[in-house]
Amino acid sequence: MSLSVDFAGITFKNPIVAASGTFGFGREYAEFYDLSKLGGICVKGLTLEPRLGNDPPRIAQSPMGILNSVGLQNPGVDAFIQNELPFLREYHTVVIANISGNTIGEYASMAQKLSEAGVDIIEVNVSCPNVKDGGIAFGTSPDSVASVTEAVVRKATVPVILKLSPNVTDIANIAKAAESAGADALSLINTLIGMRIDTKTRKPILKNNIGGLSGPAVFPIAVRMVWQAAAAVKIPILGMGGVVTLNDTIEMMLAGASLVGVGTACFDDPYAPVKIIDGLLEYLSLNKIDSIKDITGKVILN
Amino acid sequence: MKINISYYIITFMTDVHICKIESKIKLIDDVYLITVDNENLAENARPGRFLHIKCGSERLLRRPISIFNTENSKTSFVFDIRGDGTRWLSERIPGESLDILGSLGNGFDICGLNKLNRDAKVIVVGGGLGIPPLFYAANDIVSRGGRVTSILGFRDKKKVMLEHFFAKICDEVTITTEDGSLGILGLATKPLERLLINGGFDTVLSCGPLPMLKSVAALCAEHNTPCLVSLEERMACGVGACLVCACATKIDGIQDMSRVCADGPVFHASDIIW
Repeated sequence: MSLSVDFAGITFKNPIVAASGTFGFGREYAEFYDLSKLGGICVKGLTLEPRLGNDPPRIAQSPMGILNSVGLQNPGVDAFIQNELPFLREYHTVVIANISGNTIGEYASMAQKLSEAGVDIIEVNVSCPNVKDGGIAFGTSPDSVASVTEAVVRKATVPVILKLSPNVTDIANIAKAAESAGADALSLINTLIGMRIDTKTRKPILKNNIGGLSGPAVFPIAVRMVWQAAAAVKIPILGMGGVVTLNDTIEMMLAGASLVGVGTACFDDPYAPVKIIDGLLEYLSLNKIDSIKDITGKVILN
Repeated sequence: MKINISYYIITFMTDVHICKIESKIKLIDDVYLITVDNENLAENARPGRFLHIKCGSERLLRRPISIFNTENSKTSFVFDIRGDGTRWLSERIPGESLDILGSLGNGFDICGLNKLNRDAKVIVVGGGLGIPPLFYAANDIVSRGGRVTSILGFRDKKKVMLEHFFAKICDEVTITTEDGSLGILGLATKPLERLLINGGFDTVLSCGPLPMLKSVAALCAEHNTPCLVSLEERMACGVGACLVCACATKIDGIQDMSRVCADGPVFHASDIIW
């Protein structure tokens, strides 16, 4: 039995990846368990220069979901390479650097720096809903997704994943654009744009007014979009959006994901990703499946 | 002047604990004191740290609640009903269990207080639901040989709570109410100013509404008295990974957004950009 997955030329020991923005640079959750248990870690979104992020409140709750407006707070790509990457390298897990840029040139420059620094994969965020220049301007049209992809692929010497926004009308077109421009893989979904208003004060709960919705509330949308994207492209998909349980993980893989990201679930239970990994082995043995990768895309449509 | 913790650093093992509810007491309308019994949880509790409590399976986010006190294997906390989650919590009964992630955060730096000054004189200034963690801190200071003067501010006499706990251990307890229905009329900062003018205190600890903390910080700065404040912010992970509970700080000249959960919730008042 094997949980191992080959994804864009990189071997993951299991298909579970900590999703960007929910796992910091791994230090906090390393207090709970050995990070080497994880298939991979997508680090907190990086920008070329340090960013302080948005003013608080940055979070609002919703039934089975949360809205966040952190706004890409991060120490900048150089500080990540110097202070955080060596720590992550102590663990046997795939390190995925998530990048956001103001310009195509910034994306390219970060791709070069991170490739040279030795990350395993670069995940290109063209879908942060929380900052004007967080890439979403690039993520909503096939042409601009293609331009960013081409620029990053040219500078990167490691595989490149394009992280797609769900805030689009036709995910298949965007997915195809990324694939034709040379992306090695796709990840989706990022958060859905949402809003909550305090009825007493009549003010939005988030200081930023709007934010990105994640958690189980978005899971069916994520499954649908992963399925649509998988049908449109040949490159592998890292599926995410509201995954909490083993069953969610299997569902995401049946829809077409080769890897599955776990994010918001960690806020409720820091052990969520490792519980899923333990459950996957049991699932294989119970269902007499040799390798977890065999279930990817195996949904039987009506 | 800052109080340094260097003297007494322990690595706290924080984890998810299933904790049996020992008792639940209604303190005033909509405010409850729950005591849970779990050795591991009590072991890493420290004044100013908090518990991240799961409030039912249908709610995604845990609720951060400060620690009121510990005794042997027991840990207690005080909370008010603010929404669905805390209402769910208020409906639990002894014998049931709670899923608690904790203890979390950096508490009051009082671990090093006895090194600095064994008979330190401390003022605690609390407002409303900010009062409970100050009892834990005050108790700790007194048990180390220090002396505590407390000022407890409430909206009106119906909101007054926990004053007897403070009365048992403090040199002096002053109650203020905004409508004057009990104690001194006005805000907790009024008696604080009088104490600071008289002087002789080593530090001030404060927890409560942001405007109160801001005034306390300003008064302490004016009177050159070190001040530690415990902040509250909406949180998600509680452990410092998600960067949701941000607070603007300037520490050693460097401006940053600090994490209330992991860098705080207790900060040097002089480090906060008010």
